[in-house]
Amino acid sequence: MEQNAKWLALAATVAMLALSVQMFFAFDLNASGYQMVVDKKWVTIDQFELRYALGVDGLSMPLVLLTTCLSVASVLVSFSITKRPRAYFACLMLLVSSVVGVFVSLDFLLFFLFWELELFPMFLLIAVWGSGRKEYSATKFVLYTIAGSAFMLVGILTLAFAGDTFDIRLLSEEGRIADPLIPLGWVFFFLFIGFAVKLPIVPLHTWLPDAHGDAPTAVSVMLAGVLLKMGGYGLIRMCVTMLPDQAAEWDVWFAAIGAFSVLYGAFITLRQTDVKRLIAYSSVSHMGLVLLGIGALGDTGLTGAAYQMLAHGLITGLMFVMVGLMYERTHTREIARLGGLARQMPLITTGLVFAGFGSLGLPAMAGFIAEVTVFLGAFERFEWAVLASILGVVLSAGYVLWTLQRVVFGPVKHDWDGVTDAHHWWEHTVVVGLVALVILLGVYPAIMMDMLEPAIDSIMVRVES
Amino acid sequence: MNGIDLVGPQFSVLATAGIVLLVDGLMPGHRRHLPFIALLGLAVSALWTLSWVSRDSFPQKDVFGGTLSLDEYAVFFYFLFAGIGATVVLASIDWVNREGRGQGEYYALLLTTCAGLMFLSAARDLITIFLALELSSIPQYILAGWGKDKRSSEAGLKYLLLGAIASAMLLYGMALLYGVTGTTMLSEISASLQANGEQYRALLVLAMVLLIAGFGFKMAVVPFQMWVPDVYQGAPTPVAAFLSVGSKAAAFAVVTRIFFEGLGADFLSDDWSMIFAIIAAVSMTLGNLMAVVQTDIKRMLGYSSVAQAGTFLIGLAAISVPGERFDLGGSGILLFTASYAFTNLGAFVAIIAISQKIGSDQIRDYAGMWKRSPLLTVGLAFLPGVPHRHPTNSGFWAKIYIFNAGVRADLLWLVVIGVLNSVVSGFYYLSVARQMFLGEAEDEKTISTSPSIAVALGAATLGVLVFGLIPMPLISAAESAVDALRTVS
Repeated sequence: MEQNAKWLALAATVAMLALSVQMFFAFDLNASGYQMVVDKKWVTIDQFELRYALGVDGLSMPLVLLTTCLSVASVLVSFSITKRPRAYFACLMLLVSSVVGVFVSLDFLLFFLFWELELFPMFLLIAVWGSGRKEYSATKFVLYTIAGSAFMLVGILTLAFAGDTFDIRLLSEEGRIADPLIPLGWVFFFLFIGFAVKLPIVPLHTWLPDAHGDAPTAVSVMLAGVLLKMGGYGLIRMCVTMLPDQAAEWDVWFAAIGAFSVLYGAFITLRQTDVKRLIAYSSVSHMGLVLLGIGALGDTGLTGAAYQMLAHGLITGLMFVMVGLMYERTHTREIARLGGLARQMPLITTGLVFAGFGSLGLPAMAGFIAEVTVFLGAFERFEWAVLASILGVVLSAGYVLWTLQRVVFGPVKHDWDGVTDAHHWWEHTVVVGLVALVILLGVYPAIMMDMLEPAIDSIMVRVES
Repeated sequence: MNGIDLVGPQFSVLATAGIVLLVDGLMPGHRRHLPFIALLGLAVSALWTLSWVSRDSFPQKDVFGGTLSLDEYAVFFYFLFAGIGATVVLASIDWVNREGRGQGEYYALLLTTCAGLMFLSAARDLITIFLALELSSIPQYILAGWGKDKRSSEAGLKYLLLGAIASAMLLYGMALLYGVTGTTMLSEISASLQANGEQYRALLVLAMVLLIAGFGFKMAVVPFQMWVPDVYQGAPTPVAAFLSVGSKAAAFAVVTRIFFEGLGADFLSDDWSMIFAIIAAVSMTLGNLMAVVQTDIKRMLGYSSVAQAGTFLIGLAAISVPGERFDLGGSGILLFTASYAFTNLGAFVAIIAISQKIGSDQIRDYAGMWKRSPLLTVGLAFLPGVPHRHPTNSGFWAKIYIFNAGVRADLLWLVVIGVLNSVVSGFYYLSVARQMFLGEAEDEKTISTSPSIAVALGAATLGVLVFGLIPMPLISAAESAVDALRTVS
């Protein structure tokens, strides 16, 4: 019986994936605004009419697809879980649904509902199924997010009182937000803190390496792949679209914090000895580019930021999958102990090399398109930030290649004689699927760009007015 | 409706109390059926109330010479008290069986209190209010001292003494009010004050302060909260659960009625609004800060209930201005009362089940509870802790509602304090949750839950979740109740 849980979870996530692919094909690229909207009355509190409103636009549709793809991947990599599998998959399913909910909510309070709902399964997944100082890491993760979302809730309520609605569509309209209880600069700051903790930015990032280091593989995949994107999505959807004037005042800070995160993350990555913490810090570095792209406040910059979220989700997801498979076999993540694994694990090595190349921005991979777009978008306004970030990208080439050299190449270590390569069908499926997606987004970016651009354009109309 | 029909819900509860005593005395072999008789009585009471609502003659706002008002407002609380009573009866079964003595008396006293609370929520006359208050309080004093240990006796005595002082203050306030207006009927008091009350302003403020002090004791707000942690800790846990939701809800019901209907005159309302606002701010802050440092879970819930009472008071402070804002503040209080009842009862039920097995109320003894009883842990961790932060919980909507009322009544500073306090409260609930999920249990034995506890916990959880995801029915009930209150005057 216990083993049936994974099949049920797989069926559910595959169904979600199939539905989201169907949505992708049904998506009308020429229409503006939200599509496939579900809009039901939910709660009325005096002047507020809260709605159970869901829908996608060009910005959220790709993120929904990313989430469903990575959900299937994280279920597959969890196939070997033996500890309380039913509770495990239940938590994973709750996590997946709340993340999708965040991306498709059109009501700010509903968005907040999903945003906070994700904490509960994440806490348990790390604290119960993790390794190392798992309880400490899980608590730290929850405390950081709760602290951030307390700020966010204040921001949400103030915006709602000022705009007399919680509807994201209405709040994004020009001239809707008038007469705020506290200055809008503060509201912007509160929302920014809430999202920035999730993104994360330096110096609010310290929960991320801990959480990644101690989380089980599938949770790392979800965390790096989609949970961080909730922060970027929130920044674009809420901060920039609802409060464009404040965003324009803050853009230099966005660029500066973004560039600093890129550089700082890259430097710290060089010093890591644990593979998962290393990837976590490289995530900090890559998510800095998202902030830089948003700070540019232009078509190209925002598109780049959104694309970087997709690329990073797939590439880092792939990387955590590979490291997870390796850890399952070697039971260590210490770089110094690994080495020469290319012989014993050719397939895992290939996957890791693909992920590494994607991470350092090799052309024909998704990361390259994203980085170039961000740099193009930001260069005109923040030359210095782009130059600093390019240095960060150069460093990333350094740490990726150096890590690959230490972990999979070099002399064969006899400690690892007899370890097996990835040999289950589910492992093969995940690796092949994710590598294919990374390359697809690298050679045919239009598949997502066509969707992102109209959405970004309509945000820019709001920003420029 | 004839006389007996008008007090039908209370009558059926009181009659059941008598039946329980008779069965206990005459048919000792049937003692184990006592709680079910009590549940039946409460169900009859709820059904009776339900039958009123469906009748054309409902509501009747002037019955028994205007001493009771049977309107949507009273009905809202009738249902609430029947529900609270039923949950507490379910949660008591194990404890009472183990205690072994005075089973009939225990349930009879509990039912009597419920009847008193129902009268309290319908009363529109100072004398009736006082009688109803005593009818509900005296059994509670006895129940608080029901346990065999010294702690429980101390709790009972403390509750009795402080309760007596509070009643005295209340009576003095009522006497002053009567002296100024020459009547005990709330509606006449209001008319008299509007006509020529302003010249007695000083006297009225004194009366008001005394009333707030008297009811403040029942509402458990700072500075009348000193009994709360001791009594919660010492009293039998089911009784503590009842005190924390039942008597608090009734106190808010009657305070809202008295102050809006009786003392709503413009020259007074600003004063009491300010008093309530200040008490609210102090209660929330002090309650939460004290809760953070507690090591006993019942004391922690005690202080947290003080903090929550502060949140109720934001609603009271916001009703001072008649009209739209009154609706908001008033229905916010009702909404909060109901969701607070669900969450706190659920938490207490879980504590009852756990402490029966581990024999301790220390938070550190809850370590690793997740492995021992997932059901109870989830109940305890998520019923009281999540409410104030998450929209799947009815408490969240109540808070939004009350904060909205505060903002609209220009009490922004108070709302800011309220929001900050919600954050603080998150931390101590989280620390209990952390202990339960992550702590190392000394004893790995699983804790089984009896069916009655499971039903009680399930009902509370269901209430929280259902009204969290679909809060509209509760919100409209609260709104129509408050509408009724406004049209009375």
